[in-house]
Amino acid sequence: MPPVTLTRRNFLKLGAAAAALASGACSRPREPIVPYAHQPEGELPGVPRFYATAACFVGAAEGMLVESNTGRPTKVEGNTAHPGSLGATSVHGQASVLGLWDPERSKAPRRRGLPATRGALERDIADALARFRDSGGEGLRLLVRDASSPTLLRQLDRLVKRFPRVRVHRWDPLHRDRGREGARLAFGRPLEPLYRLEEAGAILSLDSRFLDDHPYRLNYARQFARARTPRDGQMCRLYALESAPSLVGAMADHRFAMSVPAIEGWLSGKNATYDTIFKDLRQNRGVILAGEALSPQAHALVHRLNAQLGAPVSYIEPPREETQPLADLVEAMRKGAVGLLVILEGNPAYDAPLDLDFGAALAQVPLSVHLSLYEDETSARCTWHVPSTHFMEHWSDARAFDGTAAIVQPLIAPLYDGVSPHELLLLLTGEGKGGYDLVRETWRDTDWDGALRTGVIQDSAFPASPVTPRVSPGSIPSQQQGWQVRFVADEALLDGRFANNAWLQELPRADSKLTWDNAALLSPASAKELGVANGDLVDIAIGERRLRAPAWVTPAQADASVTLPLGYGRSRAGAIGNGVGFDANPLRTRAEPWNAGGARVTKAPGRHEFATTQNHARMEGRDLARHVDLTHMDSFRKERPRNSLYPGWPYDGYRWAMSIDLNACIGCNACTIACQAENNIPTVGKDQVIAGREMHWIRVDRYYEDHRTLFQPVPCMHCENAPCEYVCPVEASVHDSEGLNVQVYNRCVGTRFCSQNCPYKVRRFNFFDHTPKDESLKAQMNPEVTVRMRGVMEKCTYCVQRITRARIEAEKQGRRISDGEVITACQAACPTNAIMFGDLSDEKSEINRAKRSPLQYDLLAELNTRPRTSYAARIVNRNPELKDG
Amino acid sequence: MADVAAPLRRWSYGSVSDKIADIVLARPTHWLWFAAFGAASLGTVAFVGAIGWLFVRGIGIWGVNIPTAWGFAIANFVWWIGIGHAGTFISAILLLLRQRWRTSINRFAEAMTLFAAGIAGIFPILHLGRPWFFYWLVPYPNVMELWPQWRSALVWDIFAISTYLIVSLLFWYVGLVPDLATLRDRAASRAKRIVYGLLALGWRGEARHWARFETVYLLLAGLATPLVVSVHSVVSLDFAIDIVPGYHSTVFPPYFVAGALFSGFAMVLTLAIPLRHFFRLHDFITDRHLENAAKVLLACGWVVAYGYFIETFTAFYSGDEFEIAMVKDRLLGFYGPVYWTVLACNVIAPQILWWRPARRSAWALFAVSLVVNLGMWLERVMIVVQSMHHDFLPSAWGNFIPTVWDWITFFGSIGFFAFLFLLFVRALPTISIFEMRELVMEEKKP
Amino acid sequence: MAQLFDPPAILGIKLFLIAITLAIAAVWVTFYKALPAHSGLLSPQQPIPFSHKHHVGDDGIDCRYCHWSVEKSSFAGIPSAQVCLTCHSQLFSDAPILEPLRESARTGVPIRWVRVHDLPDFVFFDHGIHLAKGVGCVECHGRVDRMPRIERVASLEMQWCLGCHRDPAPHLRRPQDVFDMASQPPRDASVRAQLASRLLSEQRLTDCSTCHR
Repeated sequence: MPPVTLTRRNFLKLGAAAAALASGACSRPREPIVPYAHQPEGELPGVPRFYATAACFVGAAEGMLVESNTGRPTKVEGNTAHPGSLGATSVHGQASVLGLWDPERSKAPRRRGLPATRGALERDIADALARFRDSGGEGLRLLVRDASSPTLLRQLDRLVKRFPRVRVHRWDPLHRDRGREGARLAFGRPLEPLYRLEEAGAILSLDSRFLDDHPYRLNYARQFARARTPRDGQMCRLYALESAPSLVGAMADHRFAMSVPAIEGWLSGKNATYDTIFKDLRQNRGVILAGEALSPQAHALVHRLNAQLGAPVSYIEPPREETQPLADLVEAMRKGAVGLLVILEGNPAYDAPLDLDFGAALAQVPLSVHLSLYEDETSARCTWHVPSTHFMEHWSDARAFDGTAAIVQPLIAPLYDGVSPHELLLLLTGEGKGGYDLVRETWRDTDWDGALRTGVIQDSAFPASPVTPRVSPGSIPSQQQGWQVRFVADEALLDGRFANNAWLQELPRADSKLTWDNAALLSPASAKELGVANGDLVDIAIGERRLRAPAWVTPAQADASVTLPLGYGRSRAGAIGNGVGFDANPLRTRAEPWNAGGARVTKAPGRHEFATTQNHARMEGRDLARHVDLTHMDSFRKERPRNSLYPGWPYDGYRWAMSIDLNACIGCNACTIACQAENNIPTVGKDQVIAGREMHWIRVDRYYEDHRTLFQPVPCMHCENAPCEYVCPVEASVHDSEGLNVQVYNRCVGTRFCSQNCPYKVRRFNFFDHTPKDESLKAQMNPEVTVRMRGVMEKCTYCVQRITRARIEAEKQGRRISDGEVITACQAACPTNAIMFGDLSDEKSEINRAKRSPLQYDLLAELNTRPRTSYAARIVNRNPELKDG
Repeated sequence: MADVAAPLRRWSYGSVSDKIADIVLARPTHWLWFAAFGAASLGTVAFVGAIGWLFVRGIGIWGVNIPTAWGFAIANFVWWIGIGHAGTFISAILLLLRQRWRTSINRFAEAMTLFAAGIAGIFPILHLGRPWFFYWLVPYPNVMELWPQWRSALVWDIFAISTYLIVSLLFWYVGLVPDLATLRDRAASRAKRIVYGLLALGWRGEARHWARFETVYLLLAGLATPLVVSVHSVVSLDFAIDIVPGYHSTVFPPYFVAGALFSGFAMVLTLAIPLRHFFRLHDFITDRHLENAAKVLLACGWVVAYGYFIETFTAFYSGDEFEIAMVKDRLLGFYGPVYWTVLACNVIAPQILWWRPARRSAWALFAVSLVVNLGMWLERVMIVVQSMHHDFLPSAWGNFIPTVWDWITFFGSIGFFAFLFLLFVRALPTISIFEMRELVMEEKKP
Repeated sequence: MAQLFDPPAILGIKLFLIAITLAIAAVWVTFYKALPAHSGLLSPQQPIPFSHKHHVGDDGIDCRYCHWSVEKSSFAGIPSAQVCLTCHSQLFSDAPILEPLRESARTGVPIRWVRVHDLPDFVFFDHGIHLAKGVGCVECHGRVDRMPRIERVASLEMQWCLGCHRDPAPHLRRPQDVFDMASQPPRDASVRAQLASRLLSEQRLTDCSTCHR
């Protein structure tokens, strides 16, 4: 609850309340109506427009179409044409629009913390360059987070031409160097494996997290879902060995929670399980995916095994990078050999490996310039901080994992006095151009308009190179035994770049359902051994380095190992991100970026209060999130709604309904946050989540049942016999002629009777006033959806605003809404097409096909609520020859 | 009944009037009254303050959440309404049953009813997310052409409670008129006489007045009688029509009415015993009165106990997994201690009343009545909260933890009640003068 | 003992009580009448004294010339300064009353007109569909061609909307007439029926979700 003080606003509210109570009526203030002074070309007020662009969150581009309402970017949708999206979006893609409007973004350049002008910056840099001119750029260094943008690479080449001695370094805390190194061992070149999971009959994931934070996650998720749809009794089987909870493990038919050394040991040392699994892989066109935590040697071995299996994988070659590692830079900085350091994005002072001590070295640099969205930990240590433009504000380009390039086009003029990386580089390369010209020039001989329209540049993917791995990649180095410490990118905050994003902070993590925190994940056995429960503090020490963190127990964690999500414990992230969670970087070294052995974990005094959105993890024998064995699919129990003495609702038009396929759902939460963006759903803060007042309209329930993690997205069921409807005293909760359970906010008085009577508890209540106060945040609001005031009940509406828009368009043309014309926000975002939505009265509609599936069932059907939202049971495809896992 | 009125033989027509009227007019105010009044005023201030803050900040200052979206507000509402039952029961039903012993307790019991029901009426409004729109629950023609949703039990509540309030108010006031006239005639200062005079509506005690008075009084009694049953039955439907285990139960209407009388009579005793102690009314409120009240208490206690038993029994008998889970949680879950306290207070404690000396000992009865009041309040909380916090989907389970504002609002309402009652004691005759006179006359008859 | 209240006093008291009742009634009525929908102020001063009477009535300019998005969008569209200047760069190009217009075009700072037809933010009205279904401008905006200064003729209350949504037929015009200020809904019952047949069910038209989201 916000601090309880009688501020001016509260006082006014009291006045307003009193007035309202006294008079019972209130006349609205006169609103002005403001036309354009100069009407923009083709702008149609009231009709949103979509622009194709792309952004990199996990090392490769995710294509997107951004919705713009009268010039305000308000919502991100996927781009079907883009291989990094296939129409889906990640949670980060969805949340990025909030980042654009974040009022705490850095607004003006600062020199040593004091406001300064762009001119002064240009002078400073010009002076420095003047000194380098004769030395050929000796002492001029660049640090970039990722160098996949073709235009950026072009600029770097130009820079090298101008200053032959310039050095460009790269540091991405979520780097994939080990995979690259592994490929180099196997093929002599840093190739990237491109899996065709769709064709795979069996998948063995060695801690690979290909659904979590892999650069190609959305594409892989789609392929995986296809591979998992049974065709004539066959479907892809997934084995997962994992050292940290991941979506992959949650989806696995056989899941083994093992520490990284254990996995590598398992991979080399033969054993029964190994033989059974490999037999299966050999028989069913299996493929093996290795994760970044594994050693390069292990990666190389996996490449060789895949070759032996004839696995569906091809190898692509990214353009060779002219960048040096961070370590060299730090060394040079210590020696004082760096005269000018330009840091393009990233936050090395916070996330550089501890043993480098980047911060201290940075102090040695006479002139350092840091370009970033926020004035963060690194900015504070640099001479200059330059606000960066958001990717929705500037021109650039980016490559998907498979190499397909896309143009990053701005949707709005920079809100603040920021520059894009390209524009900052111009100061060094000395070209007199703008960002647009640069990008345009890079793609001189391509169909520019087409690229902007479709969001991809045709045939720009990297060619696959036919290669065969060397025979002996060298043996896997034995790692330190004992307690293992596993570092993973937090699924919401990643490396911490989203720390100030309230949507992501409050997004329940897939496995733990934690919000507003990271936690030291422990297995039940380990927790027992240490005598800790959820919220107890533990000390984690590796050599001299130590860390105190609150523990969270999850069955998905390997014994004698602790997982530490990165991206938290920020000190200069902003009001939202500061001091949330703990910073795991102090344990992270260059040599052991993902897994460190030989740790000591002990119980520490004190407790920490977590905010989780799900307090109970088991189903208590209730048949809620159902799963059925592939071989017994026909035996699946399916309630049919019993007959009723009462007449049903009369419907003469559309009958909207939804089906959620639990077999496809990977629990990635994209639906939750897409819904939040589309429907103006507020975040409430940690204390309110603890109080049980989170607002998400579609939540993803997570149950642990017989060694398996089950996900179940739960939106409003839109019941035919809706318990919420008959209890509302003011007709705020009503049934409409197309079968929606409508919630009329402006009629709701907030008795909360509907929520009391809702067996699914999908209704959300505004216990406080959560409407945005900041003008910038107001600009993100979807104009098609009412912003709910305090004291009002709200819930999933099946995106009624989208239905209405479609209906109006159809009615104008005197036709019916065609199947697939209405796509709900959650459905659009879903990477695996788990959510199906459509009209039941259209016999040929997709939804009807889905509803006819033998695995369909209603949640709590015995209550005879007759939900419009139904589920398709998850299919488990266990290997009969394999007992454990 | 003879021995109820026996002590009255000591009293004459006039002395009865003096005795009762002087409590209001002459008797110098006792310092204890001021002390109590001070405390009650503090409670009232706290109550009003809490309400003000609620309107400023919103319902979130309470502990309510999803799944338990109803909290103390509803529990307090049901509890107060229950307390508001005894008054009407005593005045109306016992009047129709010609139970003369009621005479000396009906007046303040009715006042209690009125105040309790009034306070109860406040809570559903406070409970709203947007209280300033409470009138949308009332049917009236409006520019939205919208009406209340008649299938909702909350709308039924509006009617049940408002009817009850109006009828009890009339019943109480009509009964007061002759006594107001008495006070008017006895008042010393002109100001007092004018005030009481206005309130007395020009009562002159003519035979014509008396005749009409008797008719009206009986008619109102007739009207009030069904309400005793209807109000709490309707209130119980707020829960019974839900589909949630713990709410969805057909035993609720009788069970709630019995509970209401139970807590009502407990409150009557809580008020009567100090009253007769401080104002020396032992001849009017005799031990026999207390004993009768105690018997009613015991009887209601058993009906309530039956309610508890049948709830649990039906759950297991039904075999419905959700019902069973709910009962298990009620007995052993997070709110288990509440349940066992409820049993101790409402089922175990009253059993002492089988024992005659206990029934005739003011202090024992006072203690029992307090315990029962507490028990009944906890029962309301248990029903409202515990049923909700573990319903159908385990993923949505959660606990309700009352905040400081929940407590302030609850105790504040008690303070407000005491505030009103103390004022009543000093401003109006706490015992019906004219009815006592009748009793005296009848006793004087050979 | 003396009578406390003599007859005149009693009469006084009775009159007083009656007076109070009447007073309350009076206050309620005036208050209800004073609700925005019924009060004046329906035709506020505008930054430029723009006359629809002149432009529509006298010059016969089509609604869509200025409110260009009325058929395509929920929002009818308010003309930009440029649009006005297409004519007013020639006509009255230096009239002082048009100075705000020229300034807006010069500085790019929009003119802030006063909204006359203001619906609550929780009501989602769509101009396009109403026109497509034959609800003419006149239906809600009145004879704009006779208004020297634009004014609100409809209460815009929910009951007013419902009146039409419950029984649309008498309010529908032929598609070609919707922009015609002088046009009348066709008398002929069969034509009306034919026009009404293009509508969705009354149930749909009166669903909460039709206007509220």
